[in-house]
Amino acid sequence: MAWETVIGLEIHAQLSTNTKIFSGASTAFGAEPNTQACAVDLGLPGVLPVVNAEVVRLAVRFALATNSSITERSQFARKNYFYPDLPKGYQISQMALPIVGPGELTIFDGEDNQKTIRITRAHLEEDAGKSVHDLFTGQTGIDLNRAGTPLLEIVSEPDLSSAVEAVAYAKKMHALVRYIDICDGNMQEGSFRCDANVSIREKGSDVLGTRSEIKNLNSFRFLERAIDFEVERQIDVLEGGGEVMQETRLYDADRDETRSMRSKEEAFDYRYFPDPDLPPLLVEQSFIEQVRASMPELQADRAKRFVNDYELSEVDANTLTSERPTADYFEATLAASDSALAPRLAATWVMGEVFSRLNSDGLTLEQSPVDATALAGLLDRIQDNTISGKIAKSVLDNMWESGEPADKIIADKGLQQITDTGAIEAMIDEVIANNPEQLAEYRAGKDKLISYFIGAVMKASKGKANPGELNKLLKPKLDG
Amino acid sequence: MALKEQDIKDIAHLARLGLDESAQAPLAADLSTVLELVEQMNSVNTDGVEPMAHPGNAVLRLRDDTVTEPNQRDKLQEVAPATEDGYFLVPRVIE
Repeated sequence: MAWETVIGLEIHAQLSTNTKIFSGASTAFGAEPNTQACAVDLGLPGVLPVVNAEVVRLAVRFALATNSSITERSQFARKNYFYPDLPKGYQISQMALPIVGPGELTIFDGEDNQKTIRITRAHLEEDAGKSVHDLFTGQTGIDLNRAGTPLLEIVSEPDLSSAVEAVAYAKKMHALVRYIDICDGNMQEGSFRCDANVSIREKGSDVLGTRSEIKNLNSFRFLERAIDFEVERQIDVLEGGGEVMQETRLYDADRDETRSMRSKEEAFDYRYFPDPDLPPLLVEQSFIEQVRASMPELQADRAKRFVNDYELSEVDANTLTSERPTADYFEATLAASDSALAPRLAATWVMGEVFSRLNSDGLTLEQSPVDATALAGLLDRIQDNTISGKIAKSVLDNMWESGEPADKIIADKGLQQITDTGAIEAMIDEVIANNPEQLAEYRAGKDKLISYFIGAVMKASKGKANPGELNKLLKPKLDG
Repeated sequence: MALKEQDIKDIAHLARLGLDESAQAPLAADLSTVLELVEQMNSVNTDGVEPMAHPGNAVLRLRDDTVTEPNQRDKLQEVAPATEDGYFLVPRVIE
């Protein structure tokens, strides 16, 4: 039997705020346990939640970037369950009236076709704390610093039909939230987490199969592998005559499999009800317009601008803008230049030399040992012919290791190009004098030997002869 | 709608309440009267009334995104039954 896969994703994006969604405690990452957990976060009796204005602004920004509707009066609700890292016994979330209504996100599927994925909703909620199981014998430690951190849960329709598409959607969403600066996207720190709802059905059927929900996939690779595993598992179950259970499963990266976590049938009833402490959240049209006016430039607009203003190809513009830090780095390089750096030169170096070094060192652009200003300092010396592109690559290697600016390395190592005609001519004469046989062969018609002479002069100059000057001077001398 | 004893057991489990067997029947009766009141409210004609979670026209007041809460861990952990190295300790949770 032929099967098709149906996937919907729930993405939890941690909103970039200074403070929590309902309290004035800091959200900074990495603090000592429970030093950023105040009475509200701890759910002590008598406290009242007060909503952070910034989370509303960021949610509206998301809605505008995804053509989503904005609920004028949304409502917070209590989702009730017991777990030690949820001190109140309920999570404040949104149920019936989420702040962001239906919207859409366009992705490229596996075959480079555009596909529009419908966004069902996005709602505001608070994160839970963290349980630590391995620090204490026989007991679990609870750190509530994360409790109350603002999350935007973005729910898609089941429009994704393969693991590859699910990853494409998740990556696009990841790039988007960083573009509009509502989430730092740091997956290691848990700022961007995915749950996948996966089901299969007979190919062509319009009835949805029973789904399982795979929780807490904190990398794109795990997302893909977990879905692939889960689809195979469900096919085996159905083809073996069994039934897929509606349940929550956890992906185990070490074993590359999903495991049942808890069955939703097992009385998992959250008993949502409107939070009596929190009247409706009003988002007025004037507020929306204010957010719209301060909206960061979106990827598509930026790519278009790169083509128009910098005369880059569409492919290069898309590559440079696919992630906001890359586009920022590229533009910062141009801005830091002291010689009106050619955008194409900068684009080539960012996408080529910088990225290949980052890849081999396993670094992100933010961790690059050579920042935009330092790169501009190097590229300026290529542009003004102080060094050749080839020498520049070894200077970049040196900058990468030492952190020193290009000018200092060029001066210390005496790498300035030789553009002085007399000096180059002298080197050419010497090379010709030392290679009478090659010269004879060349003059007998073996034109290709010119590259032998170019190489020899370059070697004699330790790579510093200006290639343009060399080419211009060499041929007349060889031809006699 | 009248609640059965099994409903009471389920609700008690969800709320993590330990109930004596003998308390279940009276509770089923009491809670059923609450549901009767809800049914009575359901019979009121609400045509033209927007569904609401709160009476009145109150809307949320928002706060600036500025840190106002200092670290008060020592004070807050005084009331906790068990703490160590800054963590609250609870019986081992196994997922």
